Amino acid sequence: MPITKGLRTIGSRAVNAVWRTGYATRFFLMILFYSGTSFRRFHLIVKELFSSGVMSLIIILVAGMFVGMVLGLQGYETLKRYGSESALGSLVALSLVRELGPVLAALLFASRAGSAMTAEIGLMKATEQISAMEMMAVNPIARVVAPRFWAGVISVPLLAALFSVMGVFGGYVVGVVLIGVDAGSFWSQMQDTVDFQHDILNGVIKSVVFGVAVTAIALFEGYDSPPTAEGVSGATTRTVVQSSLAILILDFILTAFMFQGD
Amino acid sequence: MERTALDLWVGLFVVAGLAALVVLALKVGNLSTYNMSETYQLQAYFSNIGGLKPQASIKSSGVLVGRVTGITLDTERYEAKVMMSIDQRYQFPKDTFANILTSGLLGEQYIGLVPGGETELLKADEVIKKTQSAVVLEDLIGKFLYSKADGS
Repeated sequence: MPITKGLRTIGSRAVNAVWRTGYATRFFLMILFYSGTSFRRFHLIVKELFSSGVMSLIIILVAGMFVGMVLGLQGYETLKRYGSESALGSLVALSLVRELGPVLAALLFASRAGSAMTAEIGLMKATEQISAMEMMAVNPIARVVAPRFWAGVISVPLLAALFSVMGVFGGYVVGVVLIGVDAGSFWSQMQDTVDFQHDILNGVIKSVVFGVAVTAIALFEGYDSPPTAEGVSGATTRTVVQSSLAILILDFILTAFMFQGD
Repeated sequence: MERTALDLWVGLFVVAGLAALVVLALKVGNLSTYNMSETYQLQAYFSNIGGLKPQASIKSSGVLVGRVTGITLDTERYEAKVMMSIDQRYQFPKDTFANILTSGLLGEQYIGLVPGGETELLKADEVIKKTQSAVVLEDLIGKFLYSKADGS
């Protein structure tokens, strides 16, 4: 019977999704539970900070610079029409600090470091290194997963701040050095409109939330991937797709909370 | 525990990230402009403050001399009471004018102080008597239309 078959697939998919959600939640709680152990062996976190944070520096710095330069060019073209080129500084700084810095840094981190995390853990599972650890009474979550999680949570806000600073510098280079907007009004308008608590601190909060989301998704997909070559590649793709969507959806929710009506 | 090249790179990364946050706070944001050395308080009543907000700047001859610290509605006079904190270095005569002005055509609103000729100076917590309210664009347009209709 084709109808019952269709219904059965829908039902099993729904049950599967709920099952996976529960498993993901338990996995996340396990990471938090075993974080104490990994903070006592801090060198593990340092090692992961190197491979996820330091190795992402180049792409973050270059991307930030170019995003800032594009903002400078486009902003100048539009502001020129209203004769308010001097507001270029605040346009560049506000859009970077509030939105583009945290969001783009997290998106780049998801595709540069998140996918690597998933592939690494998925391959560890496929080659039975995870089971070997369990056999030796080493908890794989405390030894492999939790250090990566904290390294991601620490690096995303730092990368976002670097992204914003490079962006402002790029905007400065295009706006002031190349086009010739007045340097004084560029900086003073920027400092007038960017508020430390309202803009910068909220941006940092955003990037911390994105860091938690991206690394948690990447680690879960890796840990949960089927132990085959195909399974690992599928998990890596899912990491990038899901964490990108999660970043953009969370960004909307956080923005709605932070910048409502004022 | 041995120090490694890895620690150096991670250290550099963390220091650079924190330095970027400091740059954002001081150079891009206005954290540094908040702490004015020594301030004293003044008050002024306006019949309409337009779009004036707390933390708006107070300028005299275009120079930043203070910030608006609070805005409340005085229910005895039914006028807006604006609290201002002014830098201690700047003293103003008793007959100073406080006007609510707009920077540019559509910019933010601020308070402009125009000093008068009196020799006595305003003391802390005193009230500026001479004030001029914000120009509300809708009122202006209304007046303009009214006078047009009258004239024809």
